[in-house]
Amino acid sequence: MAAETQLKVSDEVAVEITKMNKWFGAFHVLRDIDLTVYQGERIVIAGPSGSGKSTLIRCINALEEHQKGSISVDGTVLSSDVKNIDKVRSEVGMVFQHFNLFPHLTILENCTLAPIWVRKTPKREAEEIAMHFLEKVKIPEQADKYPGMLSGGQQQRVAIARSLCMKPRIMLFDEPTSALDPEMISEVLDTMIELAEEGMTMLCVTHEMGFARKVANRVIFMDQGQIVEQNEPEEFFNNPQSERTKLFLSQILGH
Amino acid sequence: MAQEHFAFVRSHMLPEAPPPAAERGAIKWLRENLFSSAANSLLTVVSLYVVIQIVISAAPWFLNGVWDSPSLTACRDILDGNMGGCFAVLTERWNQLLFGFKYPSELYWRPGLAFILLFVAGAPLLFYKLFPSKMLIFTGLYPFIAYWLIWGGSILVPVFALLGVLLGVYVYKRTVAASAGMAVIAGFVAALIFWILSGFITAPMENVLAIEAVPSRDMGGFMINLMLGVVCVSLSVPFGIVLALGRQSSMPIIKWICVVFIEFIRGVPLITLLFVANVVLAYFLPPGTSFDLILRVIIMITMFASAYIAEVIRGGLAALPRGQYEAADSLGLDYAQAMQLIILPQALKISIPGIVNVAVGLFKDTTLVSVISMFDIVGMIRGPILASAEWNGVYWELFGFAALLFFVTCYGISQYSQWLERQLQTDHR
Ligand SMILES: Nc1ncnc2c1ncn2[C@@H]1O[C@H](COP(=O)(O)OP(=O)(O)OP(=O)(O)O)[C@@H](O)[C@H]1O
Ligand SMILES: [Mg+2]
Repeated sequence: MAAETQLKVSDEVAVEITKMNKWFGAFHVLRDIDLTVYQGERIVIAGPSGSGKSTLIRCINALEEHQKGSISVDGTVLSSDVKNIDKVRSEVGMVFQHFNLFPHLTILENCTLAPIWVRKTPKREAEEIAMHFLEKVKIPEQADKYPGMLSGGQQQRVAIARSLCMKPRIMLFDEPTSALDPEMISEVLDTMIELAEEGMTMLCVTHEMGFARKVANRVIFMDQGQIVEQNEPEEFFNNPQSERTKLFLSQILGH
Repeated sequence: MAQEHFAFVRSHMLPEAPPPAAERGAIKWLRENLFSSAANSLLTVVSLYVVIQIVISAAPWFLNGVWDSPSLTACRDILDGNMGGCFAVLTERWNQLLFGFKYPSELYWRPGLAFILLFVAGAPLLFYKLFPSKMLIFTGLYPFIAYWLIWGGSILVPVFALLGVLLGVYVYKRTVAASAGMAVIAGFVAALIFWILSGFITAPMENVLAIEAVPSRDMGGFMINLMLGVVCVSLSVPFGIVLALGRQSSMPIIKWICVVFIEFIRGVPLITLLFVANVVLAYFLPPGTSFDLILRVIIMITMFASAYIAEVIRGGLAALPRGQYEAADSLGLDYAQAMQLIILPQALKISIPGIVNVAVGLFKDTTLVSVISMFDIVGMIRGPILASAEWNGVYWELFGFAALLFFVTCYGISQYSQWLERQLQTDHR
């Protein structure tokens, strides 16, 4: 297909999901998901509440277990093997809606913890890396504070820095700005845009359509546990194909 | 008249200023807190009157107290009908109250030294910010040093006990990556087997590098309460953690072992467990093996306290948001790391008041051993001291003293835990 080749930014596959299904008990949350993400792609996932967006990206780093089909991340197939799971998790960074910083550790310790314990990086080196990324998200001066002393926007930027310290090849974002005040949203989005410009592979669940237009090279629309439509942002917003997408867009962009 | 207009542009931002100096002073405090209204004033006056009455009536008992007298009758003679306490019983039986009546008096320095070293060992653990972490090595060695000081005998016994612990830790470390739950069990079993086997080595070498041995039955007094309290609290916290985590395990066997253990132990009165330790265990042991009574009691009290602490910690674990587990997982930390670095530090902090509650209760419950004819401080008072011809009939002074010892210790624990909670407070809600 023409569109398919156009969407590709590289030949290297970062995430390959085939015929993946997931149930919560008897509830069929994800149905026959097929998705190939290439290295360097920025994908925005949109859709109504409860459509399974969070569940989908949480399956990619095995925070949720899938029951059917396969997911492979950077060539590692996700199975119930704990070793594989830990390997994938250390390659994939995740940023949560509610930041989930560790409140008993300082900002710097939040950032150095995983490199020291998972990557076995020496403490000094881990601290240098952490300071580098804290500077990148523009809060190096907060390094010795505790998360509770920071604003929401600052906390979310720390959360991004914490993930980056593991030098991930893929970053997952689950509504990173929806718990933030409007003033703080842009500081987080700026950080994410910068990250995108550097070529990070990103899967991002968000309702920030401005961000999607600017950064994404593919928008995926989900409803009822299925991928309903995917396209380049321009096409997706200006010329949506399915009725469901049109309705959603009119609701979200309507006012 | 010029037209009023409201448009306003701030030309410069106000600098930060200190708050107005608070009005202070004792008078203000008194007025605000004790005499803020007529009813409050009345209450203050009445309370003051009651307090003064109590002090007036109790003071002579303390002030006229007799501190030097060989017996109760001699003390009453000295008092000559006046009101006063016979505190002489405390000075005269001081050593018995602390060490029991059979501990060799020339060896009192050994438990005394162990007591002093307890503070050296505890300090880096309790005040970890103030002491170099190297001191924790001594903390780790302390139990074995203290054992050797108090019980004496061959140094091989504590050395082999230490080796068993090290072996257990080594086995745990080697297997933890595969499965944390199994690693705990493997480490524990390895240590246990090592200890049983080492019994065959240490038994015939009783006199190698030995100091004078003191058997458990010769120990008594507050020393026993302190020993049981310190040992059982320090053991039951780690066991409680293991049980609490085990109860959440995804492995059914581990989960059910923990659930059954916790529910069974919590459903049985401590005193019953102590009788079991005293009498019943002896039936099960092969004849000829002497399984030390204090050790049996330590095992029982530890089991009892761990079950309670496990439930307290389970509450702490439940209070943590799921996001903390997810964040730890998403960074690639394995189960043991996530628990050790993220989950437990937070869950334990939440659990401090509950753990202290159990610890304080446990410490006071150590006096229950007097029921199974061990001469702890209460056993000493009720037995040898009150039964003696000299001091038959002195109740207030003795039990008041015992109460004071427990109160001071428990109040200290409580104050420490509140201080610790403030230290650990990092969220500014
Ligand atoms: N742990 C769970 N157990 C049972 N059902 C769940 C669980 N997590 C999510 N669900 C259900 O699965 C569906 C999809 O949830 P998901 O969180 O993926 O939606 P979402 O698209 O991220 O929605 P939102 O925009 O509200 O975040 C929802 O109906 C939700 O109620
Ligand atoms: Mg969601």
